[in-house]
Amino acid sequence: MSAIAEFPSAAHLTPSSDGDSQLLEVSMGPQHPSTHGVFRMDVVLDGETVVKLKPIFGYLHRNHEKIAEDETYLGSMPYTDRLDYFCSLTNNWAYALAVETLAGVQVPERAQYLRVITAELTRLQNHASLIGFLMQDMGASGTPLMYAFREREKILDLFEALTGARMMCNYMRFGGCRVDLPAGWLEQAKQVVAAFPRFLDQYESLLAGNEILMARTQGVGVLSRELAINAGITGPVLRACGVNYDLRKVDKYGIYDRFNFRIPLGDHGDVYDRYMIRVLEMRESIKILEQAMRDLPEGPITDPKTKVRNFRPKPGEAYGRIEAPKGELGFYLISDGTPNPYRYRVRPPSLINLTVLEDMCLGRNIADVVIILGSIDIVMGEVDR
Amino acid sequence: MMTLEPLKLEIEANVPGCRLEIIPNPSSSAQHSMLIDAEHAVAVATFLRGAPHHRFDYCSNVTGIDWPAPSKAKETGDALEEDVESAEAAATGYLEVVYHLYSMELKHGPVILRMRTQDRATRVHLPSLISIWRSVDFQEREVFDLFGVIFDGHPDLRRLLMWDEFTDFPMRRDYVEPDDYEYEPTAHDKVLLKTMQHQGGTA
Repeated sequence: MSAIAEFPSAAHLTPSSDGDSQLLEVSMGPQHPSTHGVFRMDVVLDGETVVKLKPIFGYLHRNHEKIAEDETYLGSMPYTDRLDYFCSLTNNWAYALAVETLAGVQVPERAQYLRVITAELTRLQNHASLIGFLMQDMGASGTPLMYAFREREKILDLFEALTGARMMCNYMRFGGCRVDLPAGWLEQAKQVVAAFPRFLDQYESLLAGNEILMARTQGVGVLSRELAINAGITGPVLRACGVNYDLRKVDKYGIYDRFNFRIPLGDHGDVYDRYMIRVLEMRESIKILEQAMRDLPEGPITDPKTKVRNFRPKPGEAYGRIEAPKGELGFYLISDGTPNPYRYRVRPPSLINLTVLEDMCLGRNIADVVIILGSIDIVMGEVDR
Repeated sequence: MMTLEPLKLEIEANVPGCRLEIIPNPSSSAQHSMLIDAEHAVAVATFLRGAPHHRFDYCSNVTGIDWPAPSKAKETGDALEEDVESAEAAATGYLEVVYHLYSMELKHGPVILRMRTQDRATRVHLPSLISIWRSVDFQEREVFDLFGVIFDGHPDLRRLLMWDEFTDFPMRRDYVEPDDYEYEPTAHDKVLLKTMQHQGGTA
């Protein structure tokens, strides 16, 4: 049984030309406003229908992995912020988790809770802004995106108060977190989280039943369950196809087994489901946040036995992965006993989720390509690394 | 993390003639891996994906590693200092490709497969596993791009991140970056040294 036979790559398809039509090759991007960063697609069109689509990467490539080989383990931590620059805290966590797996470092209770709180806040602001961007791509210029950014800014204020930076947080350390909560932070965070469902209700009443949104997203960019699994799609895009695979439940990394939350699943695998999944995931994140902030224990925030200077894990390798807002973010590290990793690999969910972009776009109109791309949720800092 | 010994025996029983070797992982992650031979790689992968009690339907991560000879001796803790690599060094040593497999259906894993090329110069062919998992599409292209492993059977093996005209493989340990970029005006340390060499010895 071969995956190519089951899911033929679109490269082999030829357009059903009736003789008098002419194929048109369009280069979408890298300056195109809908391509979410410097990203380019070579699209071949038959009229308005997409018959071939090849993504072209590399405009932001700086060989992060090579740079990390010359850095100490901790030295790469600020650099992970720049991968998916919307979600620096989950990037930090994934990297810290991989190093902790490699070196066998324990994380104290309070730090585990702080990680969950910051990661779920990250998920909230990522999903909120993604929905705003998606609306922007559909032509709802400005208003929905600015509504989302207004809420995002409240969360970024929390990040700034805690870590000193809105986006480049550089907050996690091996065996804990960098700083403890400042005075009054928890109360402010509770207020932000308590106010968030109201924003979601408002947003949903504005959008969920919106006729234009439904017409442009339902049945568009359908991805089958089987192809999604086979192509390694993760995160909300996978769950929109109805596959119950969320690393917070599967791996139960950190302390996610202590919280009561559900995994929303879609059943059509279209753009609308991907949109709805994100709305529902935000509601679940709020549940996790409420529980985590209620139960947050006192105590140390770092493991005192973990060396900060001259940190040298024993030789070996480890793969650590978390459920980042965009999908499975993994770090694969090989240690040779020196202070620098011998090999440092980022498994970027944005890049791998793009594998099926062509499959979803074939046969659709060029205008749908923009929405389908937007619904995958990519950040080029992570795709190109 | 499951122990790999039973799985090894099972694969050997189901894929006749395959040569497997368990690579132990001494670190506290204990993620041991299995070295498979290139000729039977597709058969082993097909078995792992298809067997009803394994169902490794999800290939999460694919990456390359460069092991210039005699790299394995480096595990003692010395810094890698040899910058000078010769053609013989490229002929010895090997490139390695690692696949992390999980099962979405049965929610277990990872099983880690490794494959090795015969050397680092010309015999760098490995079979592509894209016929089993589509998820390796871009990742194998990236390994080809950055390490120079050629995946036989990949339908679209082009450079992924570097531009098409680029000739070297930047993730190799002995890669020397070309001296053709603009230097920052306030160079210091290593960059300053290179700036001075670039400008003909004086700065």
